[in-house]
Parts: sequence; C-alpha cells; structure tokens
Amino acid sequence: MSDAQAALERVTQVPGVRGSLLISASDGLVVAERLMDGIDGRAIAALAASLVQRLDRATNQAGMRAPTFVHLRGSNGSVLAAPGRSDLVLVAVAGTDANLGLARVQMLDAVGRLA
Amino acid sequence: MTDDIKTLTSRLADEPASLAFLELGEALRRRGQLEAAYKVARGGLTRYPALADAHDLLGRILGDQGDLAGAFDAWAEALRFDPMRIGALKGIAFLYFRAGDVPAAVEHLRRAAEIDPDDPTIIQALERVRGGAMAAAPNPQAPHEPAPADVELPVESLPAASTNGVHGAPSHADHGIMLVDGNGLRINGTLLSPSNEDVGDRVAAELAGVSKEATRTSRLLGLGTWQAIAVESPEGNLYLVPPTPDTMLLTVRDPSLPMARLGLVAERAAREARSWLESHA
Repeated sequence: MSDAQAALERVTQVPGVRGSLLISASDGLVVAERLMDGIDGRAIAALAASLVQRLDRATNQAGMRAPTFVHLRGSNGSVLAAPGRSDLVLVAVAGTDANLGLARVQMLDAVGRLA
Repeated sequence: MTDDIKTLTSRLADEPASLAFLELGEALRRRGQLEAAYKVARGGLTRYPALADAHDLLGRILGDQGDLAGAFDAWAEALRFDPMRIGALKGIAFLYFRAGDVPAAVEHLRRAAEIDPDDPTIIQALERVRGGAMAAAPNPQAPHEPAPADVELPVESLPAASTNGVHGAPSHADHGIMLVDGNGLRINGTLLSPSNEDVGDRVAAELAGVSKEATRTSRLLGLGTWQAIAVESPEGNLYLVPPTPDTMLLTVRDPSLPMARLGLVAERAAREARSWLESHA
C-alpha cells in the first residue's frame, strides 16, 4: 500500500467519515481516493481545491501564512481539508455524526507523513 | 442647587418632552448627585426609549454608582440604537478592562478610534490597555470612577467576557472581528494583521469569493446550508459565519484559543450582528 493509500485508509476509518481523497490544490484533480459509493470524487476535488485556494488568499491578505486546516461545516455534514507540501491537499467528507476531532488529528498526521 | 442645575431643572419642568434631561442628568452626575441623576435619566428614557444618548447617560450614572452590570447593559443598549456611539464603546471597553478581558477592551476602543481617530483620550486608553497598565487605566467615560475596592464586577453579566480572561484563563490575542457584505465590502469592524496593520478591506474583498465558494460546495456535495468555516493558520485561527445569507462575519484570534471556543465566540457575535443588521435594515 502506498503512503497516499495508507493515509486515506486511516482517515476513512474515523467514525462518520464517508470518504477521503488526496487532491492537487492547483488544478483540483484527484491524486488518490477512498470514497463510499455515490460520492463524486472529482466534484469534491474541484470544489475543495477552489475553496482552499480562496481561503489561502484570504489568510495571505490577513498577513498570515497558508491554512494548515480548513473545516467547512454544513447543516448536513462537513468537508475537511489539510493542505500539505508539494501542492497536495488531503480532503475528507464527513457526516454530522463524525468524530471531527479525531478526523482532524488523523488528517494532520497523515498529511505530515506525506510531506 | 447650582445655577446650571436650577436652569436645566426649570427648563425641563417647562418642557417635559424636551431633551433637557440629558444635560440635567449629566450635570447632576458630575456634581455627584447620582440618585437624582438616575431619576432624571430614567424619566427621559421613559419618553425616549430608543435614544442612544439617554442610554449612554444612564450607563455613566450606573457606572458611577458602582452598578457595572447595569452600566454594561445600558451601554449595550446605546450601541444597539447607535453602533457608533463612542461614549458607550469607551464605557464597555473600560468594563471589559476591569474584568481582565484586554482583547475585548482593545476591540471596543479600536472601534471608537475608528469612528473618531482624533480623540486623544481613546488613543491614550488604547496605549494603556495594550500596555497592560490595568490599575492605572482611567475610565475615559466617567469622571467619578469608583475606587477599585468598591468594584466587584459581575462577570457573568458580560456576554463576551467569558470568551477569555475573566475566568482565570489566559488571554488570547485578538486580531479582530469584521462584518462583510456579499460584495466583499466591510460593513463594520476591524481586522489587524499580526504586525498590527489594518487589513480589513483587503480580506473583506477576498471573502466575497469564499462565501460563494462555500455555498457552491455545500450545495453540490449535499452538505445543506453552509454554517461555518474554520481555518487554522500558524499565526491565527479564522472563523467565518454567515449572520444572514448576504453577510459574513469573520473572527480572528490567536491560535492559542481553541477552535471550538472560537466557534462559540463567533456564533455569539453572529447573533449580535444579526440583531444589529435587523435594527438597521
């Protein structure tokens, strides 16, 4: 199993996480994915990349370095993103019942190992 | 009774519906006749319940009387009717400062300074608060500041005070809070960079795109309505909430403030922003 697949495996095992994927931040393409059936990885990749890029610009304008973790919370679930080095972003989709604290820790750890 | 108080009392008696009660209440307060001042202010508020000046006056009187919770409420009311009421901003800043919540005090003084950059008392108060000269900081609002020994601040009555400081927790550096419209324009608030540069307008401009992107992402991924975005950065944590569909509220704090707690602060601020927007619609 590659490092990327191992990272996705760990994140997806967190209760409530429906899937995770590794994307390229600059073009929004999927590098690797582990998703439940019915989840469109390409859509998640494109949307997450765009959101992270915009937040990157906002933090930059605020005089801060790039985000290390992003959490978009919706009424029916969340998207989590952990930007890493080399333009990669680890993304997870979670339900409202997910253990978000554990998912965050696993994602930050996993993306650190990928660097 | 001094001449000015006699004159004002007479004027108010002749014209009970006039605003002479504001001058009379202030004159009595300055004379230390606090009970009389309180009655005058209350009487005026009965006629003019939405007059920010009257709530501001009541705040000063209650502050002098040592009723700091009451003063806080009165100044909060003044701000509800006039968010640019400098006296109320300074008064609340003083109360936060006394409660040990320096970031909240700075925030209110900064808002006051934004409204009147030339007021030297605000600049001085900001310098003292930032310098941590707590005991030496004067109340810029009330000439008859109660002696410290007379003051027991009921912190539970200060809504935002529980966010840091007053319960013995360490203070968390406050980068600011800002309300932005859907077109990326700042409606209210201030945002400072880690080097204390005002970056509000630049960040506001970027947030318009963030709001649209969050709406699109939530809808297309079946996440429902987007409720919040939490962003961690080495220099600060950002928390975005939409008080209304057309606005975003950004709260930025030092990373030492846990994100979940920042979320509570932001949600509370969003409720206040919502009320403010409704009252100014």
